[in-house]
Amino acid sequence: MSRLISTLWAPDGLFAGWPPAVLDPAGPYAGSIAVLTWVLFAIALLVLAVVGTALWIALWGKQRTRQRLGGSRLIWIAGIAFPVVVLTLLLVYGLRLTSSLSAGTGPRTDLRIRVTGEMWWWRVAYLDAEGRVVSWDANELHIPVGRTVELELESADVIHSFWVPRLSGKTDMIPGRRNLIKIQADAPGVYAGQCAEYCGGPHALMGFVVIAQPPADFARFMRAASHPAAPPPSPGRQLFETAGCAACHRIAGTPANGMEGPDLTLLGRRRTLGAGILPNNHGTLMGWIGDSQAIKPGNRMPPFSMLSSAELDALATYLEQRK
Amino acid sequence: MQARIAAIALLLVTVGACKSPPVRRHFMPEASASRGKAIIARVGCTACHAIPGIDWPKGRVGPNLENFADGTLIAGKVPNRPDMLAAYVRDAPALVPGSGMPAMPLTQEESRDVAAYLYTLGA
Repeated sequence: MSRLISTLWAPDGLFAGWPPAVLDPAGPYAGSIAVLTWVLFAIALLVLAVVGTALWIALWGKQRTRQRLGGSRLIWIAGIAFPVVVLTLLLVYGLRLTSSLSAGTGPRTDLRIRVTGEMWWWRVAYLDAEGRVVSWDANELHIPVGRTVELELESADVIHSFWVPRLSGKTDMIPGRRNLIKIQADAPGVYAGQCAEYCGGPHALMGFVVIAQPPADFARFMRAASHPAAPPPSPGRQLFETAGCAACHRIAGTPANGMEGPDLTLLGRRRTLGAGILPNNHGTLMGWIGDSQAIKPGNRMPPFSMLSSAELDALATYLEQRK
Repeated sequence: MQARIAAIALLLVTVGACKSPPVRRHFMPEASASRGKAIIARVGCTACHAIPGIDWPKGRVGPNLENFADGTLIAGKVPNRPDMLAAYVRDAPALVPGSGMPAMPLTQEESRDVAAYLYTLGA
């Protein structure tokens, strides 16, 4: 799978960031996890070396050294006291190091995004200070560089897990709960994420991207996203509203207000289709609409095999202009 | 014994000579099939076409391109030639008006690489 993904995504900047590197932090919250990982790894190596040496002595050491290893004193010291002290110190150290990851601690932030796990995509809602939804999006998060963003993680159906390895730890999305985490990117870029809890059928094809932008670009994105222009009449728009698309998909400023599937108001801005799995262009849009089941088997969008290529073309034209 | 070996050798030489050397019907010395494969994966041709060598996805909206190199016509309209194919994968409706395939985001060079990969798909 990873070989497939890297041939698919690596060749150019469009999908830079995939597959996500696990121990290559790009922000403070992923940073503390990487530090903890390396500290635990180093201590584990050290303990392994000590145990290995003791084993070597027990098997092949001189009689006198072996005698020293025997007896209950060593069990009390190395078998009980040492692990209790080391593990307690590590526990305290680890909890202190990662305490900043959970929300409600550390510096306050006024930037909140709610991400809801759905089978098999991500519903994204940008929230204002009062927690009202400013703008809907899907499968893509825009964040400003160098600023902490608080995420409200929820699930609409089964347990999913939100994971952008370079920006934060892994946090489950549990039905009926709201888990809070913080993410931050220190440099502009595209950071790939992936559902990390098996959630049925096409779970492996449930990806997303986080796009970290300079603050001015992010402000421009939020302005455009919170006040989308109503699309003018077009054959594609008419088709969208009559062929059944509008029953599940919403486009702000039009009668299309289905909330079952991803909001398509900003589809033309997205880098990917099908939740982080396909590049977003005219051709892939036509292919996805025509038969998404061939691409992501089991996803909840039916194939639209009754549409002609001219109709697929009109729909793709309409959708790629939604930004 | 020696006569026998000679006979076998003669048989091998003559039978081996029966097969004519492969004819490269599509000669694209400047293009790179391996680059073409990476480009196909990147722009997502397989959202609509099943293309051997790319495991996923295998789209069904457009034709399966298995053995594409052996075909005579592109889209049932134009001759299956390197220049035509490179032009077609880049801007299909310009070459074949009414084609179900849209223009794809490819440069001219990239479209030649893609064509070179499609010409590796033959029996």
